[in-house]
Amino acid sequence: MPDWKEPIVNDEQTLLQVNDLRVDVGERNVLKSISLDVAAGALVVLMGANGSGKSTLGLTLAGHPRYRVVGGRARFAGQDLLALAPEARARAGLFVSLQAPPEIPGVKNNLFIRTALNAVREARGEAPLDAFDFLGSAREAAARLGLPESLLGRPVNDGFSGGERKRNELLQLALLQPRLALLDEIDSGLDVDGGRAVVQLVQDLRAKGTAFIVVSHYLHLIESLAPDAVLRLDQGCIAERGDAGLARELARTGFAAATEAVEG
Amino acid sequence: MVATEQDEPLARALERPYRHGFVTDIEADALPPGLDETTVRAISSRKREPEFLLKWRLAAYERWLAMPRPSWAHLRIEPIDFQALSYYSAPKSQQGGPKSLAEVDPKLLETYEKLGVPLHERARLAGVAVDAVFDSVSVGTTFREQLAKVGVIFCSFSHAVQHHPELVERYLGTVVPPGDNFYAALNSAVFSDGSFVYIPEGVRCPMELSSYFRINARNTGQFERTLIVAERGSQVSYLEGCTAPQRDENQLHAAVVELVAHDDAHIKYSTVQNWYPGDEQGRGGIYNFVTKRGLCAGARSHIAWTQIETGSAITWKYPSVVLRGDDARGEFHSIAVSNHFQQADTGTKMIHLGRNTTSRIVAKGISAGHAHNSYRGLVRMGPTAAGARNHTQCDSLLIGSQCGAHTYPYVEAARDDAVVEHEATTTRISEERLFYCRQRGIDAQEATALIVGGFCQSVLEELPMEFALEAKALLAVSLEGAVG
Repeated sequence: MPDWKEPIVNDEQTLLQVNDLRVDVGERNVLKSISLDVAAGALVVLMGANGSGKSTLGLTLAGHPRYRVVGGRARFAGQDLLALAPEARARAGLFVSLQAPPEIPGVKNNLFIRTALNAVREARGEAPLDAFDFLGSAREAAARLGLPESLLGRPVNDGFSGGERKRNELLQLALLQPRLALLDEIDSGLDVDGGRAVVQLVQDLRAKGTAFIVVSHYLHLIESLAPDAVLRLDQGCIAERGDAGLARELARTGFAAATEAVEG
Repeated sequence: MVATEQDEPLARALERPYRHGFVTDIEADALPPGLDETTVRAISSRKREPEFLLKWRLAAYERWLAMPRPSWAHLRIEPIDFQALSYYSAPKSQQGGPKSLAEVDPKLLETYEKLGVPLHERARLAGVAVDAVFDSVSVGTTFREQLAKVGVIFCSFSHAVQHHPELVERYLGTVVPPGDNFYAALNSAVFSDGSFVYIPEGVRCPMELSSYFRINARNTGQFERTLIVAERGSQVSYLEGCTAPQRDENQLHAAVVELVAHDDAHIKYSTVQNWYPGDEQGRGGIYNFVTKRGLCAGARSHIAWTQIETGSAITWKYPSVVLRGDDARGEFHSIAVSNHFQQADTGTKMIHLGRNTTSRIVAKGISAGHAHNSYRGLVRMGPTAAGARNHTQCDSLLIGSQCGAHTYPYVEAARDDAVVEHEATTTRISEERLFYCRQRGIDAQEATALIVGGFCQSVLEELPMEFALEAKALLAVSLEGAVG
C-alpha cells in the first residue's frame, strides 16, 4: 500500500497547485482563469452549470491532446504537470475518471487494468504484480464495488451498461490508489448501492492519503463526502468558494440564480 | 486543422527498423538479366532437369507470353520490367548442391544464424526440420535422414526432381496449372528451387517442417515452388518464413505453393512473411505475388492455411482450398499488417465441390500510416456441393486516420441449400481509446501492443507455439512507432 501521507515535496504541503490556467478547445476559450490548490488527502467539490468548464479542467489536467493550455501553470507533487505526457501524469499519481469511458475491443479488462497498475507500480518503484496476485485483489475490489466478476474477463467496457462503466472506473481507482483522483460525475448512472460504494471507496482512499476533486450535481453525495471545500465554476472561472453550505445553497437556488446573485 | 493536430502523434513516429535488411557478400553464379526461351533452357540445364520438366517450363513460358498482367487488385503497382530482372542466382559455393550441412558455405550458415534460423545440429533442440532457400537455390535441409526413417521426404525441389521425378511429374501443376494466372505462369517457366514434402500413407510427420526463404542478390527475382503431398490418413504441419535485404529498388517474389491432401489427410501450412517492406517513403521493398492453393482431393481431408503477413511493399496473395472430397474441410486464418506505404490485397478462395464440405475464413487486417489493406475472398458453392457451409469473418483494425481497409467478399452459390455466413467489423485505435489507456499509465506503444494482441489472438492461436511467439514479436516490431 502506498502511503501518500509522507511529507509532500512541495513547500506549501500542497499536492496540486493550479494558477491562472487558461485552456482552449478548438477555437473556443473554455477555461478563462482557474486557480486552485488541493492539499494531500483533501476533498474539493466542483459544481457549476453544464459547460462551465468542470470536465475541461479534468481532461486538461490529465493531458488530453485536444485541450490546449494557452496560459497559466499547474504543479503536481512538485512537478510541472503540464510538461508531462498523459501516461507520466498517471504514473505520478493522477487519476481522472471519464464521464464516458470508451470500450477497447479485444483487450480483456483484467489485462488492461493489470498493465496499467504495473506501469504505475513501476513508476513508484514497486515490483510488478503477476496475473494470479492481481486477480485476487481485482476480484475482491470488484465485489466491494458490486461489479460482476465476469466483467473482468470481458473486453474493456465492451457491452458494459452505463453503471457498469462507472463501476469499472471505480475499480481502477481502487486498484491504482492514486495521489489525486478527479471524479467527473462518477455518481450519474449509478444506483443507490453504487452511490454508497463511491462514498465508501472515497473514505477508504482518503484515509490512506488520496486527495479528491469531485464533480457532482447531487447534494446527497456531496454531503456524504464531507468536503473540505466547495467551488462553483462559471464560464471558465471559479465564481464562488465555500463549504458544504454552498452546495446546499446551490442545490436550492440553482446555478442561474447563483450567477445573478454574484453579478447583481 | 484539428484533424492534423490529432494525427500528429500518430504520424510522427511511423518509423520502424527492418531487422533483416543486411546483405550477405557472397560470390554468385547468376544469369544475366532478361527473359526469353534461352533463359528458361539455361535454368533447366543448370539444374540438369529431365526432359519432361523442360517441356513443361517451355509450355508455361509460351502461356505467360500471351497473358495480360492482372490489374483487378486494389493495388498501385509500378510497372515491372521483366527484362531487367535476373532469373537465377546461386551462391557459387553451392554449385552442384550441398551433400550435407557440413558442406554448406559458412557464410550462408552465418546468414541464417543472423536471421535466427540456425541450420546447425543444435537446431535439433528446436525440433523443427528446416529447408533454407537462398536466392534461387536450397542451401541445406536439416533432419532429412531422420525423416526418411518414417518415409517422409523433405528436401529441396531440385533434389526431388533428381531423386523422385515420378512424384514431381505426377503432382506438379495439378493444383496450380501453369496457365492459372500471370505470375503462376511466370513461376512455372523460371522457378529455380523450393521445398518438396511427401508424407506416406498413415504417417503423422514427427516434427514441424519449415522452409526459410531469403532473397539476397540485387535485381533478382525469387521464384520458388513448394509442393506438399499428404497421402491417405497422414498429417503434416509446415511453416515458412521469409526475409530480404533492405534495398531501394523493388524486388520481385512470385512463388507457387501446391498442396494435395488425400483421404483423411491433414495439412497445416503456416506462413510468417516478413519480406523487406520498403522504407517510410515507400521506396524499395518486395513485390510479393504468390499463388498458394490446396486441393482437398480425398474424403474428410483437411487443409488449413495460417498466415502472418507483415512484410513486402505489395502483397498479392490468396491461399485457397479446392474442396473436392466429400466432408473435406478448408480453413484460412490470416493477419495482414500494412504500415507506411505498404499495400496488401490478400484473402482466400474456398471452392466447394464435394458434399458436406465446410470452410472457415478468419481474416484480420491491420493498417497504419498511409497503408492500404484489402481482404478479397471468394466462396464458391458448386452444384455438387450438397450441404456445404462456409463461415467468414473479416476484421479490420485501423491505426491513425491516413490508412484504409477494404473488404471484397464474393459469394457464388449454385445451390439453395448452401450456407454462407459473413461477419465484418472495423475498429480504430482512436485518439480517445489511446488517451484512455495513457490516462491509466499505459503508454501509446504498450496500448497499441495490447489492442493489436487482442485483435490478433484468435489467429495467433492457430500457429504452432514457437512460431506464435515469433509472430507476436514480429507484429510488435512491424507496428513499432505506429502511434504516439
